[in-house]
This record gives sequence, structure tokens and C-alpha cells, in this order.
Amino acid sequence: MSITAPLFKHHKHCDELFATAEETCANGDWAAGDEAFALLRDQLETHFTSEEQLLFPAFEAATGMTSGPTEVMRGEHRQMRDLLAQMQGALASRDGDTFGGAAETLLILMQQHNMKEENILYPMCDNVLGASDVGASLAERLKAS
Amino acid sequence: MALTHLIALGFMLQAMCGALFQFIAVAVGGNVWRPKLVANTVQPVLLLATLLLVAGLLFSRPVLLSAAVPLFLLALGGFVVAVALALWRTPATGVTLWAMRMAIGGLAITVLLGSLLAEALVHGLSVPIVELTNIHLAWGLGGWALMLLAGVSYHVVPMFQLTRPYPASFSRWFGPLLLLLLLAWSSRIFFGDARWSLAIALPLLLLLSAYAGITLWLQYTRRRKIHDATSIYFRVAMLAMLAFAVSAAALVLRPETGADPRFVVWLGVLAFAGVFVSAITGMMYKIVPFLNWLHLQRLGAPLSAVPNMKKMIPAEAMTGQLRLHVLAVVLLLSAVWLPGLTRLAGVAFAASFAWMGWNLIGAVRRYQSFRDQIRATALHH
Repeated sequence: MSITAPLFKHHKHCDELFATAEETCANGDWAAGDEAFALLRDQLETHFTSEEQLLFPAFEAATGMTSGPTEVMRGEHRQMRDLLAQMQGALASRDGDTFGGAAETLLILMQQHNMKEENILYPMCDNVLGASDVGASLAERLKAS
Repeated sequence: MALTHLIALGFMLQAMCGALFQFIAVAVGGNVWRPKLVANTVQPVLLLATLLLVAGLLFSRPVLLSAAVPLFLLALGGFVVAVALALWRTPATGVTLWAMRMAIGGLAITVLLGSLLAEALVHGLSVPIVELTNIHLAWGLGGWALMLLAGVSYHVVPMFQLTRPYPASFSRWFGPLLLLLLLAWSSRIFFGDARWSLAIALPLLLLLSAYAGITLWLQYTRRRKIHDATSIYFRVAMLAMLAFAVSAAALVLRPETGADPRFVVWLGVLAFAGVFVSAITGMMYKIVPFLNWLHLQRLGAPLSAVPNMKKMIPAEAMTGQLRLHVLAVVLLLSAVWLPGLTRLAGVAFAASFAWMGWNLIGAVRRYQSFRDQIRATALHH
């Protein structure tokens, strides 16, 4: 199994959580929306930190590339965190329009980001880190969440 | 013929070339050589060539057709070379990459055949015009437009609507089979046998139906429950493709219906207005607001100062335009059999394009005003 397989799977898990959070808030079911959004934000944060603390440093150490794809991915994590904060604010003030607009933007950004990771960065990581124990640590961290 | 080219070149081709720049970078990790230079050269030359061709066809002026041909060869030749280099140099692999490679080949064949046809019209060359036109059309709609649409769908359908991925067995075989069937279709020029045409046309239509059917099924079983103009536009496109396949199959199986020239117009309306205008508009309504947002947040302002995607084109304006477009397609299809409706259908179709243009211009204007606001705030601080 590839070392990035748990991250692939976790992308799909986050998609599910996104769909639920978006749907409940669009229906005006704010109580369920609060809960679904909290879960989404928590899981995305776990995903970002797992990559930033485990995968990216290992990739950078193995390849010496510190300003390449991992830097771009870190930048996009920052943008997604900002959008999540905007969604949180909109949720707190029960502002469906702002929540929906930020959610729409997050979805496209997140999907483009996942596509780049799954098509480009993860295969590169599998190549250079295949023999390391990064995969086991990633699986453990994501499972614990 | 002038109007068909106005839609195919003025609308579809412009949007598809633009989309390729974005898609090559994101989906297959390729880099087009100096993309701004290529885009800024190809786009205006293509626009001029299209206007010359359309005017030449509309007013029967051979001199305008003659002027258009070298411009098309220059603009699209340059575009094909730049894109093909990016597509063959990328280290990525996968079905979308292959679909894009085949699509760019389809574009090259379409342009060459189109140029030959224009020259044949101007100089009265003795070539089989009708057969070549059919082949030019098959490559333009099938080898280029549909191939690219399918390649892009493998990504954007799951991405925008959170559907399951296309079945791997389908996406792996769709492109190569389409290419093979188009090559076989083109050989009609050498073998005029009706049974040969039948043997190719039916599998080709079955392949189209499979793509449309699978896409509809994926959308029906999607995880995301929000409906928007993009998702409905995509459904309209796929339903039109199924209607096209069924109608064309009827035409192939009962050749006597083909004697009625209205049938070809019916197929043309389904393919151009029903399938491609719908699918492309739907995608632009998603991609234009996203690119606006992406460029605005790159200005360096705090992200909270950047308006989200829904502030770029109002949702009501997109769904309103979608309704008018669907009405226009229904009217156009009805007008094929009820000529009294032709004028009304034409007005509705033109109005739906004008509305779409207004929506897109609105997105550009909002981008500019937000950009100026962000810059002014940055200067202020």
C-alpha cells in the first residue's frame, strides 16, 4: 500500500463532512449545522497538520525541495483555514448567504488542492518516502482523529 | 453555416482554449510555454479570423474566406503546438491527460479540414465537399469538443458535485474508442458503403449515450445536495446528448428520414445549443467566479477582505439565464418542425446569450471594483 493512501481516503471523508455541513446550513438547520461544521473543521485541521508536521518535512528532507510543491500546499492550507474562519463567523451570526458563498469557494479550492496533491505531490512522496515509516505515522494520526 | 461557426468558433472554441490554459496546470501539472504571450496572441487573431469567416459565409464573399484561412492556421497552429508541448512534457499520467492529448489532435484535424473546405469553396477545388464537411463536423464535435468535455468531466463532475468517480473501465476506454470510431467514420470517404456507415455510427452513438448516462447517474447519486446553475446546466447537456443519440440512431436506422433536411437541423440544435453551449456555460458560471476570487486574494489583502464566489455573479442571474436558455433550446427544436416559431426561437436564443454575456461582464466589473477597493485599502494602511 502507498504511504499516502490514508490521506487519499481522508480527503473523501472530508468531502462527506463538507456535504453534510453545507446541506444542513442551506436548509437553515443551524443546530445540526453547528455540529456538522465543527466536525468538518476539526477533520480538515487534522489533515492539514498531519501533512505539515509529518509528510511535508519528510518530503523536504528527502528531496531538498523546500520551496517547491510543499510550499504551495502550505499556502493553500492557509487560504482554506481563512475560509473556514469566515464560515465559522457566518455560522455564528446565522448568515446563510455568507456561509454558502464561503462554502462554495472552499469546496472548489479544496477540490483543486486535493487534485494537485493526489495527482502530483502524493505520487512524488510515494516515490521518495516509500521505505520510511511516515505512512504508519500518518495512518495512526488520521485514525486517532 | 455562418451562425453555426459563430457558435462553434466565437463561443465554444474561445471558451475551450481558455479553459485548457487553466486545466493543463491544475489537472495534469503541465506548463504552457509563456501562457500570457500565447493567449494574448491567439485570442485576438482567432477572433478576427472568426469574424472574417462568418462574414465571408454570411455574405458569400470568397475574399473574406481566403483571408480567414491563414489566420486560423496561424492562431490555432500556434495554440496546438504550445499546448501539445505542455501535454507531452508533463510527468503526470492518467486518463484526463490522454483525453486532452487526443482532443488537441482532434482540433488540429478539424482546423486542417476546415481550411481545406474553405479553400475548396474559394477556388472551386474538386473535392467531395459534403463528405469532407461531415468528417470536419465529426472531428470538431467529437474528436475535439466531446473528447475535451469528457476529459474535463472526469475531474469536474466529481469535483463540483462531490459524485463518485467515473468507473475506471469507462474512462480508460471512452477516449480510445471514440478516436478509433472517428477514424473509421472518416474512412467513409473511401468506402461509400451504407452498411459500413451503419456499423460505425451505431457504436459511436452508443458510446455517447454511455457517457451521458453515466454522468447523469453519477449526478443523481452525488453526495452534495445543493443544486445550482452549473449542476442543472450539466444535466441539460447530458439529456440533450441522449436525445441527440436517440435521434441520430433513428436517422441511421431509417435512412428515408434523412431525406428530410429538417432532421439534420434538429440534430445540429441538440448538439450545439443543447449539449455544448449548456455544458460550457455551466462550467463558466463556476470557474469565472473562482478565478476572480483566486486573483483577488493573490493581491495580498487579508482573505476576509476578499468577497467570496457568490458575490461575483448573483445566483438569481445565473438561474434566470439558465431558464431562458432552456426555453430557447425548446423553441429552437420546435421551430425545426413549426417554422412559425423560428423568429421567436431566434430572439430567445440571442437574448439568452446576451444575458450570459451580461452576467460574465458583470463578473469582470465586480472583479475590477473589488480589486480597486483592495488596492485603495492597502495604500491607505
